[in-house]
Amino acid sequence: MPRKTVKKSSAAVTKVDKTQLQQMYTQMVRIREFEEAVKRTFIEHPGVIRGHAHLGDGAEASIVGALSTRRAADFVMPSYRCHGYPIVLGTPLRKMMAEVFGRKDGLCQGFGGSMHLADPSRHFPGTSGIIGQSIAHATGAALTAQVKKKGQIVYCFFGDGASKQGAFFESLNMAAVWKLPIVYVLENNQYQAYTHFSLEDANAMAGDPLSKKADAFSIPGTTVDGTDPVAVLKVVVKAADRARSGKGPSLVETRFYRLSAHGNVITVPPLPTQFPEHEAIAVYGNKKEFQQWKAKDPVARFRARLLKDRVLTEASANRIESGARAEVDDAVQFALASPAPAPEEALKYVFA
Amino acid sequence: MAREMMYGDAIAAAIIEEMQRDPNVVFYGQNMAMTERDPMLKRFGKERVRIAPISETAEIGIGIGAAMTGLRPIVELWMSEFMLVAFDQVINEAPRFRYMSGGQVSVPVVLKAGYGFCAGWAGQHSNCIYHTMMGIPGLKVVVPSTPADAKGLMAAAIRDDNPVVYLHPYMLTLDKGEVPEGEYLVPIGVADIKRSGSDVTVVAVGWMVTKALAAAEKLAGEGISVEVVDPRTLAPLDVKTIVESVKRTGRVVLVDQAPRHSSAAAVMAGEIAEHAFGSLRAPLRMVTALDAPIPYSEPLENFVVPNEEKIVQAVRSVMAHKAVAA
Repeated sequence: MPRKTVKKSSAAVTKVDKTQLQQMYTQMVRIREFEEAVKRTFIEHPGVIRGHAHLGDGAEASIVGALSTRRAADFVMPSYRCHGYPIVLGTPLRKMMAEVFGRKDGLCQGFGGSMHLADPSRHFPGTSGIIGQSIAHATGAALTAQVKKKGQIVYCFFGDGASKQGAFFESLNMAAVWKLPIVYVLENNQYQAYTHFSLEDANAMAGDPLSKKADAFSIPGTTVDGTDPVAVLKVVVKAADRARSGKGPSLVETRFYRLSAHGNVITVPPLPTQFPEHEAIAVYGNKKEFQQWKAKDPVARFRARLLKDRVLTEASANRIESGARAEVDDAVQFALASPAPAPEEALKYVFA
Repeated sequence: MAREMMYGDAIAAAIIEEMQRDPNVVFYGQNMAMTERDPMLKRFGKERVRIAPISETAEIGIGIGAAMTGLRPIVELWMSEFMLVAFDQVINEAPRFRYMSGGQVSVPVVLKAGYGFCAGWAGQHSNCIYHTMMGIPGLKVVVPSTPADAKGLMAAAIRDDNPVVYLHPYMLTLDKGEVPEGEYLVPIGVADIKRSGSDVTVVAVGWMVTKALAAAEKLAGEGISVEVVDPRTLAPLDVKTIVESVKRTGRVVLVDQAPRHSSAAAVMAGEIAEHAFGSLRAPLRMVTALDAPIPYSEPLENFVVPNEEKIVQAVRSVMAHKAVAA
């Protein structure tokens, strides 16, 4: 039996205050609306998004739950599936969408795109598109935090696929040896690009949670229902406390389900690119699995729960949702209106 | 004020001085600071001087992440080939973040490694891999050839806001030379004319600079005046100084410890062909390692690696070339 597996946040709602729950729902909805707008762009404005975009729908509870424990100066370092985090940190959606669209007013002036958002002003230093490598960078940010002694910690997010990379094992070992202030959030969205994690993970094959990997470094490892933001919060807050008190890293596996495909289809111009069906359906023909998880959609589930617990009313939930939609629509309009960068800008940021 | 110092000590002097000057400089690597007796550890403490496990990907990646967030790490990698197990971090992570972020972040990390250890280390520990790092926009590569340059370039590398690969030829570790005391910076990206001459330019890299200077001395006895140019930095390469020297002398020999097609010499040959073709009175010559891995046994190793005699012969051959009438 998996140990330290937290299935539910029992009576959790009563312990996190109402305002915070409302804020958490708002952030989850903002992420969902943003990702859906990115996805729609492939149909409504074909050709505007180039390359590969990776969406975080399905991860909202994991992202928001984990970051609800964050203090303002903490570092947040995820992988290339990176839209959700700066949304929570308060990065303007206009600048984010303009970056996804490759525009001059983008967060990175069109130099990075969807996979490489960066907002160091909000302690979001940047992301790597090479799976697993950013785990080492996040661990480096934790070295900074430890040396500078300003009480900062690091939230490092990566997928189940990344947990098979050497960078994962090397980084967690070094973080444990150096007792670095970092929380590793292994977002098990169940698919490494196109392959189900049960086909490539030794722990999964043995019927163990992926958080068992923590045992290899003698650090705490916990698996939590990643569709429940309060459950995630309650586990991550312990890991964050441990990091803040100088005891070192923890590994938290948040288990949820990626609700979109790994990314848009890879096509060669001028063929238009779009989002394919989720791998469960497209690769494995398993529509049932997808629908079962879709029924556990973290945003819809949290909404229903907050309505039931009278944290939200139908009207206040609608207000949050229409507010997020308006914010995202505005971001799309802003991004579409933003000019392309001047070609000669391309040589601007090669060296500092 | 200057004093005589060994090359290896000059590097250490720069690191110590920079760590004293800037509390953000940290230094870590495998098999260092293992005991309380370590002088660096005594001076700067366990926070800033650390022992790392054999984990190059994490060591370099942590250096990058720490650099992105406010430290100036120096990662001791010992041998340049050890970077190969973590080459994604060197090539495809460190130099990318500033650019991908639209100039918002910088990555002031120094990756320090020895290279070209031609002392019986055989096929995997004796190589020159700088060519693979020369063409990576955003990455700087320095290869000091004297104790003074070793100090000045290390200090400059630590202060630089870009990732810098600092490669020191292991064969020069015990070489002595005058080293300025106190703050001393050698600008990155600036070549140095180590010996002035008028008949032929020899551009040599790292350990080969000492071989080229010895060859120049010998050739002076034959009445051939050799100018020895030391690029010191391979990326960004000081093409201007090299080309101007070639234009003055009209002849050039490129000396590089790396194999021909993975040498810095090959890159310089291209630049010279484009920018100094009209000045050449003889075809350029490249003196590089032969196209073989580095062998273990000494006579085999000596056969593969360039030496003073091979340089002398190459210079004589370019001097003997009869220019074709225009």
